[in-house]
Amino acid sequence: MAVLDAPKIVSLRAEFSDSHTLTRYLATGGYEGLRKALSMTPEAVAAEVDAASLLGRGGAGFPAGRKWSMLRKAPTSYLVINGDESEPATFKDHYLVERDPHQLVEGVTIAAYALQVNQAFIYLRGEFALGLERVQQALNEAYEHGALGQNIFGSNFSLDIVVHPGAGAYICGEETSLIEALEGKRGFPRIKPPFFPAAIGLYGEPTVVNNVETMSNLPWIVTHGGAAFAALGVGRSTGTRLFALSGRVNNPGMFELEMVKNTFRDLIFDPALGGGIPGDRKLKAFIPGGVSAPWFGPDELDLALGQDEVAAKASMLGSGSVVVFDEDTCAVRAAWRITKFFSRESCGQCTPCREGSGWLERIMFRLEHGGGRREDLDLLLDLCDNIAPGLGWPPQQTTICVLGSSIPSSIHSALTMFRDEFLAHVTNDGCTHG
Amino acid sequence: MSHFRPELRQRAEETVALYPERRSAMLPLLHLAQEQDGYLTDEGMIEVAELTGTTPAEVRGTAAFYDMFHLEPVGKYVVGVCTNIACLLAGGEELLAHASETLGCAVGATSADGLFTLEETECLADCNIAPCVQVNHRFVRTTTPDALDALVADLRDGKREDEIPPHGTLIRVKRSGGLRVSRQQIADERTRERAAREERTAKEGQ
Ligand SMILES: Cc1cc2nc3c(=O)[nH]c(=O)nc-3n(C[C@H](O)[C@H](O)[C@H](O)COP(=O)(O)O)c2cc1C
Ligand code: SF4
Ligand code: FES
Repeated sequence: MAVLDAPKIVSLRAEFSDSHTLTRYLATGGYEGLRKALSMTPEAVAAEVDAASLLGRGGAGFPAGRKWSMLRKAPTSYLVINGDESEPATFKDHYLVERDPHQLVEGVTIAAYALQVNQAFIYLRGEFALGLERVQQALNEAYEHGALGQNIFGSNFSLDIVVHPGAGAYICGEETSLIEALEGKRGFPRIKPPFFPAAIGLYGEPTVVNNVETMSNLPWIVTHGGAAFAALGVGRSTGTRLFALSGRVNNPGMFELEMVKNTFRDLIFDPALGGGIPGDRKLKAFIPGGVSAPWFGPDELDLALGQDEVAAKASMLGSGSVVVFDEDTCAVRAAWRITKFFSRESCGQCTPCREGSGWLERIMFRLEHGGGRREDLDLLLDLCDNIAPGLGWPPQQTTICVLGSSIPSSIHSALTMFRDEFLAHVTNDGCTHG
Repeated sequence: MSHFRPELRQRAEETVALYPERRSAMLPLLHLAQEQDGYLTDEGMIEVAELTGTTPAEVRGTAAFYDMFHLEPVGKYVVGVCTNIACLLAGGEELLAHASETLGCAVGATSADGLFTLEETECLADCNIAPCVQVNHRFVRTTTPDALDALVADLRDGKREDEIPPHGTLIRVKRSGGLRVSRQQIADERTRERAAREERTAKEGQ
């Protein structure tokens, strides 16, 4: 049975149709966390976030408190919020910016106070037209309300937030690419080291980059204390998380669940959550955390929804997005489409990523659409091994950013789990699923 | 002479003022250029270059990187159908093929009457309402061929103009006012904060 008794932390207002307005926000505890934060020292606010063990919700799962502490010595110059949300099957930030923009603005203001930053940017993918409008509206209201601008709520802390529209490029979710885009350039990821923009970020200055969901947790953490947050979940995976469930399920959607307390089986099959697979068909496989993650078969259904739990099985919880494949799903077609995505979105700086993704996509295309050869199976593995040598997890990196090393995940998973299906595609000269 | 109409020119100048460096306004300004002309014209890009302190070549080179910027004319309505993984499993490719028939144009092309451009998109982050369709980057949630046809009929009749402005108009909510915190104030606060922090650390050390 699914464990559903944890408090709602970030999707608290989902039941209200006017959840995006200041009126509703104030009526439901809005800006109380910020008021409390301003009565504390910046270090004390940062200490609460540290105590909460808030792991970044953007994909890599790095502890926010630890990231912030890198800046204690050199004061941070800029805070940048990552709302690029383009990892296929991920749709939680979409909800957060459209339906609860004040919560984001309050979270950003709390983080800015803890870091003593006076200018923050919220980068949203350009395809979120409504989200961009809602966040701009919330900023306007926050200024008017005294929650933003000069001397916030009468304190001596001042902050400006600017919302910055992206323009359609998955790679701009990678934080150094996002910074390039924010500087008005092509979104080419920067060479590492430095590994964190905390050292050299926006305009070469120390910069903290955090995800929209990460920020949206802060009002609750400050209001209720870091310990209350850490009491939820297990071990390092604390609090709750927005899980985005899609694919072949009866009830696809976004569910806020306590970390680790539920399993993939709960998420996919519980009547209050995914509600099982249409027509009671069997589950074939699922992706546990966005299309960059290796796939799992039915054997892993009882694995807990936690960062370390999934990592221990050589995949990742990533952006918290779970995609369900039923028995009618063609594994070759699914892996082909994911590879096509990477090949379209590669920024082109690194040869293994640029050439490898295109080459893999062409092979997968002919397997799926006709013209595939038996040797293609080995060729696929060989190419994957060139991009991420050893094909282990986490992957070895031969490229500037991890988009490149993520490309082999789906093909390698599909080939390992469903090799017969690939062979049948060769024999049949195309898809066997009609 | 500004190519942008006065209201857009003013918004462009206000946008530039929000950033520590002018070039940072590149993407927002390119969106405004598309709001002006529906796509990126040479005149629009020249104006963006002037406003961001770059060259027209740099502007074009940057714009070409991003899928949402169109260097060729597009329809009044750009219809995007997602075929990425969740939408693929829900019939995204079939819906895209259907849209192509209804709109009378191939994927990537514009209808003869100049009203519609059809695009196959990557994930649009609305995967639970699949297949996902956007018109001018607004989620329309027409997941079936019938719903899509009804929407297209409405658009042809000019019925949804309030909800879906012409292509290029992205953010209709204007920012109220510029930056409230001046550069000088930021520098002063940073100095003050550094001193306060050192004092607190020293106290803790005692
Ligand atoms: C190819 C690629 C795409 C990414 N896309 C996103 C994204 O859309 N949103 C996001 O928050 N982080 C994304 N990330 C992770 C960011 O680089 C960064 O780790 C994150 O924004 C940090 O915030 P967090 O610590 O709060 O999670 C992406 C990383 C890579 C390599
Ligand atoms: S790995 Fe791919 S996306 Fe990342 S920098 Fe290299 S070419 Fe660009
Ligand atoms: S896969 Fe189509 S919107 Fe996400």
